Amino acid sequence: MYFIIALVALVFVVLTVVVVTRLQDVLKNVKKPASADEVPSGNSWNGAMFIVIIIAAAVGITWSYMNAREHFLPIASSVHGRRTDDLFWFSMGILTIPFAFVNFLIFFFAWKYQFKKGNKASFYPDNHKLELIWTIIPAIVMAMLVFTGWKAWSDITSEAPADAEVIEITGKQFNWIVRYGGVNDNKLGNYNYKLIDAQNEVGIDLSDENSFDDFLNPTEMHIPVGRPVLLKIRARDVLHSVFIPHMRVKMDAVPGMPTKFWFVPDKTTADMRAELNDPNFKYEIACTEVCGQGHFSMKINLVVEDEASYKKWCAEQATFLQTYPEYLAKVPDNLKAKAMKGLPADTAVPADSAKTASTGGGIGTSAALR
Amino acid sequence: MSATEGLDTAVHHEEHAHHHEPQSFWQKYVFCEDHKVIAKQYLITGIVWAVIGISMSVIFRIQLGMPDSNLSWLKPVLGQWISETGKLDPNFYLALVTMHGTIMVFFVLTAGLSGTFSNFLIPLQIGARDMASGFMNMLSYWFFFLASVIMFASLFLQAGPAAGGWVIYPPLSALPQAHPGSGMGMTLWLISMAFFIVSQLLGGINYITTVINLRTRGMSFDRLPLTIWSFLITAVLGLISFPVLLSSVLLLIFDRHFGTSFYLSEIYINGEALPNVGGSPILFQHLFWFLGHPEVYIVLLPGLGITSEVIATNARKPIFGYRAMIASMLGIAFLAFIVWAHHMFVTGMNPFLGSVFMFLTLIIAVPSAVKGFNYITTLWKGNIVFTPAMLFAIGMVSLFVSGGLTGIILGNSALDIQLHDTYFVVAHFHLVMGAASAFGLFAGVYHWFPKMFGKMMNNTLGQIHFWFSFIGIYLIFIPMHYVGIAGFPRRYYQFTSYDFTHKFMDMNMFITVAAILSFLAQFIFLYNFFRNIFKGETAPKNPWRSNTLEWTTPIVPGHGNWEGELPAVYRWSYDYSKPGAKEDFIPQNIPYSQTLESNFPHENELIATEKEIEAQNFNDQFNAAH
Repeated sequence: MYFIIALVALVFVVLTVVVVTRLQDVLKNVKKPASADEVPSGNSWNGAMFIVIIIAAAVGITWSYMNAREHFLPIASSVHGRRTDDLFWFSMGILTIPFAFVNFLIFFFAWKYQFKKGNKASFYPDNHKLELIWTIIPAIVMAMLVFTGWKAWSDITSEAPADAEVIEITGKQFNWIVRYGGVNDNKLGNYNYKLIDAQNEVGIDLSDENSFDDFLNPTEMHIPVGRPVLLKIRARDVLHSVFIPHMRVKMDAVPGMPTKFWFVPDKTTADMRAELNDPNFKYEIACTEVCGQGHFSMKINLVVEDEASYKKWCAEQATFLQTYPEYLAKVPDNLKAKAMKGLPADTAVPADSAKTASTGGGIGTSAALR
Repeated sequence: MSATEGLDTAVHHEEHAHHHEPQSFWQKYVFCEDHKVIAKQYLITGIVWAVIGISMSVIFRIQLGMPDSNLSWLKPVLGQWISETGKLDPNFYLALVTMHGTIMVFFVLTAGLSGTFSNFLIPLQIGARDMASGFMNMLSYWFFFLASVIMFASLFLQAGPAAGGWVIYPPLSALPQAHPGSGMGMTLWLISMAFFIVSQLLGGINYITTVINLRTRGMSFDRLPLTIWSFLITAVLGLISFPVLLSSVLLLIFDRHFGTSFYLSEIYINGEALPNVGGSPILFQHLFWFLGHPEVYIVLLPGLGITSEVIATNARKPIFGYRAMIASMLGIAFLAFIVWAHHMFVTGMNPFLGSVFMFLTLIIAVPSAVKGFNYITTLWKGNIVFTPAMLFAIGMVSLFVSGGLTGIILGNSALDIQLHDTYFVVAHFHLVMGAASAFGLFAGVYHWFPKMFGKMMNNTLGQIHFWFSFIGIYLIFIPMHYVGIAGFPRRYYQFTSYDFTHKFMDMNMFITVAAILSFLAQFIFLYNFFRNIFKGETAPKNPWRSNTLEWTTPIVPGHGNWEGELPAVYRWSYDYSKPGAKEDFIPQNIPYSQTLESNFPHENELIATEKEIEAQNFNDQFNAAH
């Protein structure tokens, strides 16, 4: 809206006019010596400005707030998100009172007690009762805010429920890679950063049988609605931070130190599309820890769907071994039979595939770079 | 005026028996050991850095507010960083953000504010000839200058200056292959910072020693102006916290060049798994913020001290709750050391630690609130003179309160989950620490310009400068809170990649316009400042009719500050508008025996101690044998 810009331009134009008129006064008054009884130069218009500003600010802040609120994040789509939202607006509500009150007093007193000829300020160096009052009242308000915040924080960061859907998300320059435990065991296999190569982007350790049915997705994360989801968060190269704005989820991804965050999404993508009346709505995951050139576009979409569609989607995904059967060479011999299960029958393991895989991945291929 | 007459009767003029060799230009203006010259060196360097630092913010604001604009007109300055199509390079965008933060926090608001006014005011307000060690003081400035030169040089590197954010979190800052800004630019950043810390430590030790040892006779701690209290506390904060940054910087240098793994573990980058294991990037964040948080108060406390002095002088009232002001500064300083991890709620740190740090963080609001209310009560029933310094001091209180309140939101770890690293944080700290401290700096410059240069700045231009800056700051940062509530992450080159940031285009443009106009308004100040150094009216001896000792010196104080003996101090510095007094101010060097008409009963008792105070003279270096 160019309207706002026009408004600010107007404010500055008015100020400029004030400047020009004042400058003429300056030129006139240059030589006048100041004495103690005289009204100091510019005192009255500066005093008046405080009243002008306080009115303009009250109008401006109220109007801009009402105008901007439609663009604030829509209603949270997770259970804890609504709780922190309520807490946020409650705190903001409380804090608006001292914000308005204190600023009003500063500006009003500045105007009211501006220099007047023959006036003398009152000698009022201290008052212990007043000091006590404005120590104790903020302390009580703080205690209340701390307590509500602390309750919410400890619930949010508590251990994830046992039935949580565990999904791994790994950050790298400059995209996210999602890994699922797979439909057979639904358990994430081990990983080791030394096993990372161009195909095995998150270092899946294929000597762990839990990893045989793991599948990766570098473009989309799907999660079921109405059930706890536990994100296991990792980073491959530098710090990243998983930010799902609509879920009120944020947690850093730290190389060498896995982190986690669990939440209960309770609105599917379809629900949100209906609610916002926007058929193109998508949940998004962003990065909020500066990670280099592509930091601003490290995007992956999030799809929240009902349990059945989620299960169906998972079943349709090709496991890592199905996509790259040559990695069978890395499976220990005693587990090969198990690992072969989901694979097409004709997938014979070439004897030298292990070598191909490792040499192919060792060099920075385009997949590793981007 | 009676103030100067008081001085004449109170201080015996003596021809002081020292003859000084005429100083060469180099001794007088360059490698000078006089605290007043060093203060001016700090101030001018700070102003130059501020122009560079704020210009950078204008460039990236244009990128954020008008993403489609053609920046080819910047090619003469930025060269290769502007593409053929007139677009800003994304890597250079990050470099700009990083350098803006580094320059403003360290070079402008730490060195430019605390370096200028601690150096200038400590000896003048406590009645000392100079700093405890003039030589260390000189070294302190020249280490800062060296740090400045290195940082400035890094701007011209082919690969660009450091670009990992001013917090330089590893591994990004530790791995040259991760980012062009992590190469030579980061090396120079680290070297520059190491020198800067040395400079701060040399300065800090000097400030503390001077305040403790060189107070003139009668200047007990409960008579110190609040400015001196704030500089003392700031110096202590810096002395304790800067060495921690130095060690974290050194460990980072080891990681970068000598293959250690303090901050690195399990990294695969550019097709290569690095051998480093066992380090922790979180360790760096703990070390960094152990400085980083006190740094906020290192920046802010001098501003608060200056504001206290300016508000009391120009409201013609004693500062309300002098002791409460000191106590709250001590409280803030203590708490500043135990809240650092509130910058790290979502780094994967143990959630229990998060709870502890949330609790400690929110306690800081209490002493801050006390300060705010004390300022307001000082204004109440005053007789306020709106000098530019006073306007900036009032503006500073408003910004401090407005910005501080959103800190209560961010200090709440549950709310920080959503708001961390969004524009809400940017808006918060720019108000409370950036703008508030800058306003403290302006208040100080306008107030003490006559003492620094013996000239007056133009009053009306100062007032106009204030209104543009004050309105401009709020126009920038109030809308920025909205952008933050909408979840816009900071340090984004542009907001086109996401649907959830595909709004507020107009708001971002609005912020940019406001930022440019506020930036332009600063040229009013630059004109007023530099012109009046040379062409200003000659200042009267005590232009603001103030109580503190610096106004008892000659209009342009020479080496040693006072001619003749050092003044003695008999009272606190806030005897403004005392009932019964002839004038509305009584300087600190006027004994109670001369103001019988306005003394309180307990002050009449102090008359007996005056002889004793006058007899002392142990701190005057000019009287000691050398």
